[in-house]
Amino acid sequence: MSETTAATATVQEHAHEEHHEMSFWEKYIFPTDHKMIGLQYMFTGMFMAAVGGYFAYAFRMQLAFPGMDVPLFGQVTPQIYNMLITNHGTIMIFWVAMPVLIAGFGNFLIPLMIGCDDMVFPRINRLSYQIFFVSTVVLLLSFFVKGGGFGGAWTAYPPLSSVPEYNLTNWGSSLWIVAVALEIIAFLLGGINFVTTTMNSRAPGMKMMDIPIVIWMINIAVIMFMASVGPLIAGAVMLFMDQRIGTTFFLPAGGGDPVLWQHLFWFFGHPEVYVVLFPTLGLVADVITTFSRKKLWGYRTILYTTIATGGLAFVVWAHHQFIAGIDPRMANVFVVTTLLISIPIAEVMFCYIATLYGGSIRFTVPMLWALGFLMTFLLGGVTGIYLGASGLNIYFHDSYFVVAHFHYTFFPITIIGMFGALYYWFPKMFGRHLNEFWGKVHFWGTLIPFNGIFLPLFLLGMAGQHRRIYNYEHFPDLASPDLQGLRVFATASLVIMLLFQIPFLINFFGSMFRGRKAEPNPWKANTLEWIVPSPPPHGNFKELPSVYRGPYEYSVPGNREDYWPQNMPDRN
Amino acid sequence: MSLESLPALLVTAESYDPAPVPQRPLIDSRQFGMLLFIVTEVMFFASLVSAYLIIRSGLEEWPPWGQPRLPVWSTALNTAVLLSSGVAAYLSGRQFRGGSGTAQRTLGISVALGTFFLVFQGYEWVQMLGFGLTVTSSTYGGLFYLIIGAHGVHVLGALIALAYTWMRMTPGQEQPLTQGGASAVRMLWYFVVGVWPILYVLVYLA
Ligand code: HEM
Ligand SMILES: [Cu+2]
Repeated sequence: MSETTAATATVQEHAHEEHHEMSFWEKYIFPTDHKMIGLQYMFTGMFMAAVGGYFAYAFRMQLAFPGMDVPLFGQVTPQIYNMLITNHGTIMIFWVAMPVLIAGFGNFLIPLMIGCDDMVFPRINRLSYQIFFVSTVVLLLSFFVKGGGFGGAWTAYPPLSSVPEYNLTNWGSSLWIVAVALEIIAFLLGGINFVTTTMNSRAPGMKMMDIPIVIWMINIAVIMFMASVGPLIAGAVMLFMDQRIGTTFFLPAGGGDPVLWQHLFWFFGHPEVYVVLFPTLGLVADVITTFSRKKLWGYRTILYTTIATGGLAFVVWAHHQFIAGIDPRMANVFVVTTLLISIPIAEVMFCYIATLYGGSIRFTVPMLWALGFLMTFLLGGVTGIYLGASGLNIYFHDSYFVVAHFHYTFFPITIIGMFGALYYWFPKMFGRHLNEFWGKVHFWGTLIPFNGIFLPLFLLGMAGQHRRIYNYEHFPDLASPDLQGLRVFATASLVIMLLFQIPFLINFFGSMFRGRKAEPNPWKANTLEWIVPSPPPHGNFKELPSVYRGPYEYSVPGNREDYWPQNMPDRN
Repeated sequence: MSLESLPALLVTAESYDPAPVPQRPLIDSRQFGMLLFIVTEVMFFASLVSAYLIIRSGLEEWPPWGQPRLPVWSTALNTAVLLSSGVAAYLSGRQFRGGSGTAQRTLGISVALGTFFLVFQGYEWVQMLGFGLTVTSSTYGGLFYLIIGAHGVHVLGALIALAYTWMRMTPGQEQPLTQGGASAVRMLWYFVVGVWPILYVLVYLA
């Protein structure tokens, strides 16, 4: 027995399969190649973003022009309205932010940036996407079953979500849970792969502190996800049982506790907002450093504060429940932790600004998006502090102030920062450049209308506009022309912003086939993905690289060039 | 979804295209992956436990009036059976590392004990149902079946993985079982065995 096991260990290490010619099927439909799986996630996420955006268009039109026959959609009845906002939120978080930021960029970048040929478990990786694909189909199907899609808000508070007589979506609400559960399983499989790969497959010489910050951030996010998702799974099982077999875990009438669901949900939900934030913070860090031609300011500070934020994020969840009847003493504790968490986040922001300071900044399209991210996300973080004060929260809770707050965080994360990363790594992904001019048009055409949508919502929230109401005409205090004017302004801004995505789509798909050819390292960046051809071949590196230094050595005195690739032994 | 990736998920990595290992890994990838998975599992069971405590603390009478008591003594015995299975798995691991041919037999004993635990639990469930404790009879019943059921599903899954490892230990395999794969599966089993006493104390005794 001992010989056999000893032999296996060596077989394991050397039995590296030769890369053979692959069929279309193997290459594009059931790939195990991390790059292709990353792109599958990304395209699925883009498609879902279109669905989520379409939903937003429909319900915003209803709010601006109540009762109108929305062009390209139709009547938005109360039931449809609820289904639209519920699934808009669900889609944007679980089917856009997670797949694009974590699974998409994570899959594409991790092996390339740490210098290995693929994930440690390529088949589990493939399985992950396949489960994700099924979850997507289930969610889309849930819109068409009898009663329509789930309409109990993305937070799915019981008893509304657990009793079919209340939510009127007997099947839609259960399918919604199934879809979310499948999606979670997909990300668990992918996440295990990410962390294990980063741990075990780094190129020789790449020490912990030589790992590009984006890879750190994705890994921290994944670990947070794995540590926080258990409660959501438990809650989802209980909610599903309440719906389908009539248990009463969350029903007060049957001895259950509806606030229990809120705890389980937000114990996951708050860490989740950092799960999506961190990958983008990482992506943006790489873009900002490359185009400042300067070393990332405070690599370790950023890393350690991120880890601290990640830890704190587990003890702030009840700030979503200040008015849910929790003990005021407990609320006080959560006020403190919530206000505390804004400190490390601010610290990271300052590090980024310090990176810019004194750099020779290049205003390329990715850089514009990255700077746009810093600017807009700042407002999101700052407004969170107001909400975290439990006194103010009594007034603001469930108002449009909250809606504006989290869109000023989520939108920069999921859209603005993500576009920065997409414009930055597009040449690596497809071997061609996106058009600069149309990139700038797209940037301004997104950034300005974005503020046009959500700044008015702060004002509406302060004026007392409650969220999740489909027609404010029924509320005399909220039906005033002033407020209605703000609503129309927000909706108009949304339509403009959506229209500006059309040039992007043309640019994106056009450049994929017709764009200017990209060399391996068009941005003169240091990290390992830039030493391989664009797009990288199956297996990535001809010869696995060795790493000699950290990823952010820009403008080092004594070098002729202002960048210094991680794998270059000598001066550059 | 391809079926052949399912066992791979549970057990070993030989069937994957093995990625090269440029740096000496600190810990075997399969063991590390399992460790991460167990983090999620710990949080999952912790949530069930807190759900139990929260719902229970909200009720005056526990178990609620008219609901049967749980079989404390027979389950204590069954707990001993499960713990022995864990010990057997541990011993089998040591023998496997030491290259002893008895590793497979010891693992077989572990699987057999684990299976006994599961079957006996099933038998008790049938009895409890007969006494009128059902999922919907009260939150007490609901929580009982939820928590013990969730554990049972884990026992079943881990047993399948253990049995697969056992099969792979048969001499003359084309790709013999690796240490990493085998110990990843044992880790899962230790976890499943290890949470049980907590659940037992919580649900049956406290
Ligand atoms: C700077 C730190 C932050 C603080 C202090 C903070 C604070 C808060 C508070 C207190 C609420 C609850 C408001 C209420 O419902 O009454 C809230 C809601 C929310 N926050 Fe934040 N937040 C911060 C950062 C973020 C980030 C980074 C994200 C997203 C990536 C985010 C996403 C959300 C979401 C989605 C909600 C609303 C959920 C819902 O009710 O549907 N927040 N935030
Ligand atoms: Cu929160």
